[in-house]
Amino acid sequence: MMEAYFDNSATTRCYASVKEIVVKTMTEDFGNPSAMHKKGIEAENYVKESAKILAGLLKVQEKEILFTSGGTESNNLALIGGAMANKRSGRHIVTTSVEHAAVGQPMAYLEEQGFEVTYVPVDERGVVKLEALEEALRPDTILVSVMYVNNEVGSVMPVEEIGRLVHEKCPRALFHVDAIQAFGKYRIYPKKLGIDLLSVSAHKIHGPKGVGFLYIQEKAKIQPQILGGGQQNGMRSGTDNVPGISGLGAAAKEIYDKLDENVEHLYQLKERLAQGLSVLDQVMLNGMAVREGAPQILSASFLGIRSEVLLHTLEDRGIFVSAGSACSSHKRKGGGTLWAMGMAKEQKESTLRFSFSEENTFEQVDYCIEVLKEVLPMLRRYARR
Amino acid sequence: MIFHAFLIKYAEIAIKGKNRYLFEDALVKQMRIALSKVEGEFKVTKEQGRVYVFCPEVYDFDEAVEALRRVFGIVEICPVVIYEDHGFDQMAEDAVNYMKNRYPDYAGSFKVYTRRAKKTYPMTSMEVSAELGGRILGAFPQACVDVHNPNLTLSVEIREKIYVYSDSIQGPGGMPIGTNGKAMLLLSGGIDSPVAGYMIAKRGVKIEAVYFHAPPYTSERAKQKVVDLAKLVARYSGPIRLHVVNFTDIQLYIYDQCPHDELTIIMRRYMMRIAEHFAKKDKCLGLITGESIGQVASQTMQSLAATNEVCTLPVYRPVIGFDKQEIVEISRKINTFDTSILPFEDCCTIFVAKHPVTKPNLNVIRGSEEKLAEKIDELMEAALNSAEIIDIE
Repeated sequence: MMEAYFDNSATTRCYASVKEIVVKTMTEDFGNPSAMHKKGIEAENYVKESAKILAGLLKVQEKEILFTSGGTESNNLALIGGAMANKRSGRHIVTTSVEHAAVGQPMAYLEEQGFEVTYVPVDERGVVKLEALEEALRPDTILVSVMYVNNEVGSVMPVEEIGRLVHEKCPRALFHVDAIQAFGKYRIYPKKLGIDLLSVSAHKIHGPKGVGFLYIQEKAKIQPQILGGGQQNGMRSGTDNVPGISGLGAAAKEIYDKLDENVEHLYQLKERLAQGLSVLDQVMLNGMAVREGAPQILSASFLGIRSEVLLHTLEDRGIFVSAGSACSSHKRKGGGTLWAMGMAKEQKESTLRFSFSEENTFEQVDYCIEVLKEVLPMLRRYARR
Repeated sequence: MIFHAFLIKYAEIAIKGKNRYLFEDALVKQMRIALSKVEGEFKVTKEQGRVYVFCPEVYDFDEAVEALRRVFGIVEICPVVIYEDHGFDQMAEDAVNYMKNRYPDYAGSFKVYTRRAKKTYPMTSMEVSAELGGRILGAFPQACVDVHNPNLTLSVEIREKIYVYSDSIQGPGGMPIGTNGKAMLLLSGGIDSPVAGYMIAKRGVKIEAVYFHAPPYTSERAKQKVVDLAKLVARYSGPIRLHVVNFTDIQLYIYDQCPHDELTIIMRRYMMRIAEHFAKKDKCLGLITGESIGQVASQTMQSLAATNEVCTLPVYRPVIGFDKQEIVEISRKINTFDTSILPFEDCCTIFVAKHPVTKPNLNVIRGSEEKLAEKIDELMEAALNSAEIIDIE
């Protein structure tokens, strides 16, 4: 049976180059970068090399790269650390109504701590409303956090315009961008875009799980959240995750080496699936137009079929997708991007997310379309009455 | 204080005549199984009408007690300190030391209870109790003796060695597994059925289970959840053989052929038939369900009668008269609650009608089932033959 893994926004397979360097730094060059002897220096060089690669890709300084345990930690540090360090300038924060829980939950925490958070709505495509965001900015706004690519529908936010607005109207505010679904798909230059803080995760770009980084603009004030031995200039204590960090560097290098080619391939996969779906009855595509949205994410609703049922039916045929968003699929509460887009309950509950990587093929997409044609009528027949 | 033995008390009054041996042998066997998973060497013995656990070497006290607290039949677990028998003066000194260690500066009432298993011992039990009581009073001037209603009873057993104990840890009660046959539990992913299984197992009944899954309408995770629940129940009941039955085709066929508001009742009738099939095959003497009167449409008196009708084996429903909250309390106690509430759909709810019948008429239901005549035998056979068996340790 053909296998088609279309859940690459949940996680990706590691590149061979990543596996190699991870194994090497675990078994051969396994030193602690903080050690004074040569084993330590050897290990430290891996960390420096990764920082250099990442800084080069973003066109920033190496010292502005802070390694973390992944996207969630990067977001937590940016938001809680950013808010706490700047609370003397104000207590107002602006974000959108479609952020990932790794932003949403820290925001809820900050609200409990006495900060005021404004959640800016999105349009029916899942794109933040720029005028509403402009209106939300106030003299006491200290932090603005917007995701680059939405993880549920692949909508792309106007990051550059937001950056400009933020710095015009609130020169003291920090601008944080959650780029977890965007890094490796877009060339992102924080200095040009006015981004002060940028979160990235390794396992979305064929790197290892449990590692990521936060770009922190040199002058941005952040309060560390993990205290201890003072590693990474005291910003984030704990022995450096050398295998993870090396793997992250290797993954970033490889994905950006063939970026244009990859992105075009992803768009072609997405277009092909979108086309295949558009001829089917009762199927709706969500989010932005195919080429306007992110290249790797296609969200579609299969009216009359609960997403969970279709997901397991596809799973039986070797096709792996996620319902709405993988990260929140364990929760049955309302909310989330689809809700914020104003989607009707029936449509929302029948939504699947297909997310591609460079490893996917046209054959897999065609196979998926064939399977859908076969199973949709059967599943609709047995809908809940 | 290091305890090198446990005295196990069980509800001996209820057990009389030759059944007592069966009961004790089953208890010893279950204790051995429970302790085999605990680090350390344990010897479980039955001697002179008492059950002891000896653990002369290093072992994990808390783990051992936890394991014993899950063995049905045990009413109390008493940790014992063992002293060498070097004459009465030494025994008195040991008893006083035990008290000093365990209850420093004791100032309440107490009594000494002596049991003399070694009949050659030169003093009678009464003499030993009285004399020891005096020595303890000497060492604890604030304490007083109260033989009728003491706050503390210091028990001393004179055997080849001297056993001293005063603590008792509550056990689960019930009867040891293996004293009462075997039954088949209809296990769903919910709160009630694991509790029902636990309650019947507590009466000494060995448990098997059957779970109905309906892929793709229910997920692999839902099945994993049921396996996890079976493991939690097995901590008390011992090994469980779990039959996983693919129910999708039968369910869809009923959906096609029968009135929608009767779907759940008819479905449950087929579940009972399948459960009974496996029950009889494995020599179970009854079925167990987690039903409770009126909890949902399929558990009204009329609905229960309708599902009950298809079985010839007795159906045990230990939580039948319990409120949800009472069931939840037990599920928390036996640690199944957190797993039970994980949000995965089970096959009883996927096609549930908006307004299912609550007072099914048996004749009507039988009439509806006749519409299944064409294919149901074939589908039943396929479901029975394709059942997956998972042995839960």
